[in-house]
Amino acid sequence: MEPIDLDLEEGELELPSEPMHLNMGPSHPAMHGTVRCVLELSGETILKADVQIGYLHRGFEKMCERGTWTQVFPYADRLNYVSPMLNNVGFAMAVEKMAGLEVPERCQWYRMILGELARISDHLTCTGAMAMELGAITPFLWWVKARELVWDVLEEETGARLTHSFGRIGGMAKPPTSQLKELVRNAVPTILHLLEEGEKLLLKNRIFIDRLENVGIISGADAKALGWTGPCLRATGVAYDVRKAHPYLKYDEVDFEVPVGGRGDTMDRFLVRLAEIRQSCRILLQCADRLPDDGPVNVDDPRFVLPDKMDVYTTIEATIQHFKLVMEGAKVPAGECYSYTEGGNGELGFYLVSDGSGTPWRVRIRPPCFPIVAGLEQLITGRMLSDIVPTFGSLNMIGGECDH
Amino acid sequence: MSKLALEKLQAKLGPKVLETHSHLGDDTALVSADAWHEAAKLLRDDPALDFDLFVDLCAVDYPKREPRFEVVLHVYSTTKHHRIRLKTRVGDEEGEGAELDTITNVWVGSNWFERETFDMMGIIFKGHPDLRRILMYPEFEGYPLRKDYPAQKTQPLVPYRTEEEAGLGLEKVAPFGGDEGMPFGRKWFEKGAGAFGELGDVRGTQEATGPRKDG
Repeated sequence: MEPIDLDLEEGELELPSEPMHLNMGPSHPAMHGTVRCVLELSGETILKADVQIGYLHRGFEKMCERGTWTQVFPYADRLNYVSPMLNNVGFAMAVEKMAGLEVPERCQWYRMILGELARISDHLTCTGAMAMELGAITPFLWWVKARELVWDVLEEETGARLTHSFGRIGGMAKPPTSQLKELVRNAVPTILHLLEEGEKLLLKNRIFIDRLENVGIISGADAKALGWTGPCLRATGVAYDVRKAHPYLKYDEVDFEVPVGGRGDTMDRFLVRLAEIRQSCRILLQCADRLPDDGPVNVDDPRFVLPDKMDVYTTIEATIQHFKLVMEGAKVPAGECYSYTEGGNGELGFYLVSDGSGTPWRVRIRPPCFPIVAGLEQLITGRMLSDIVPTFGSLNMIGGECDH
Repeated sequence: MSKLALEKLQAKLGPKVLETHSHLGDDTALVSADAWHEAAKLLRDDPALDFDLFVDLCAVDYPKREPRFEVVLHVYSTTKHHRIRLKTRVGDEEGEGAELDTITNVWVGSNWFERETFDMMGIIFKGHPDLRRILMYPEFEGYPLRKDYPAQKTQPLVPYRTEEEAGLGLEKVAPFGGDEGMPFGRKWFEKGAGAFGELGDVRGTQEATGPRKDG
């Protein structure tokens, strides 16, 4: 019996070859955050990709120009909502740089503790969510459990689990609680234990490793030209960490290392984040040892810091000071400055312009994951459709800061 | 920290560097708009400067000034550990004529930042490969971060358009029918299938689209 397609041309047997268009997102279970990838596929290979952001744009910079400098803190919380404390501290330090303030030593250690806790929470969420998107849900649950421990400490300190709004110009909203050191010392070993448990489930898993290794490779020079910073840049082998390169707060007095990768692939980004959690735990324990038990937390400067509540109710001077600070806002000297700290995703910069009034003229935030997401197109073009999920997961796009 | 960069810029560009300052330790150079690309290239290529890490590009609106907008670039060197702020001014009082050379061919990372500056401030970057809105939608009118854009302003609704009206007419018929995605037990549109199979072909009639009655 002859095959039925004997007289067909060779070309007619092939599958249709024109590229297929596919929308991934804006709401896709494997893309955390609202981002849309318009893809042109040939089979499963990505010929062209267009990454579209902006679905979470809330006019952050416009809103900042309408309130006082202090009123920016709640907005700053909602930039990177996985590590809000780092944004709070970053913005507070930017305004302090402009006003020429230096916060007391106790506040510096306190800010470091809260910041490193937030960094741990950020990295745990990113690595856990990435594993979950690849189908490994158990490590995610383990690491979210560890994140709960972090949030328990932050809740004890600030009263809020997620959006703390705890930073202030020239200090913090409240001094550290008396049990902070004990809470930190108790939480760190448990976090490390849970981290290791989750790690064991993944790092010997052939499927997981195969999907991460040699996927989404970028060279150090490319990453720098794109403006990458943070764990994603360090995964390419460039050891740029603001905490080491330009130490702020007390980072020059603590002992920690900057983990770097080699190939700049997804696996490296994953491992760098895990290593950074361990370094953050090291920093936390050192801070807990060195945080002074007493001393001022806020700077002694009535132009910026609210007076004691008891004085507000009992003295006319404090009442006036309180009224002026709340109604007109703290007056920041005219000028411009760029202040940068190491956020969860990289260099979090604030470029501030003041006209000398109580309202910012311009608050420009330099979100670390905006340039990183810009590099996604380059990482996925020419790869398979399924590579988007681990690559995108390892970049840790946070809609709040990426879309302003 | 990068006084050297300021000196080199002044030596190379001469009068095109309009002013420099190091307020609060941030070394800043203001160049004229026609020297923007040249200055950026110098910062990247000079081996003593080696600004390899693109940091930030944004614009600030000063409505009473002429030129009105200030475009601000921050770059950093991971080898020399110094940074610089480069500024230029464009645009007249009405915000017209705000044009600047793109620097996407110097640092590729400026691509999205220039799109954002265009989106928010309406500054046009000449030679940009793909200058379209990035944070707002294409139909958005105006430039939201300009000082004369009221924060309370509402935007006109974008009218609903079919794919054909939007110029996206699909030539091919979708490869699946109206039943796609329904659980198997509910595929009673199909002739002879499910509880209503005996009724024959009831596709499109009122009875068929109503809720299924048990019993």
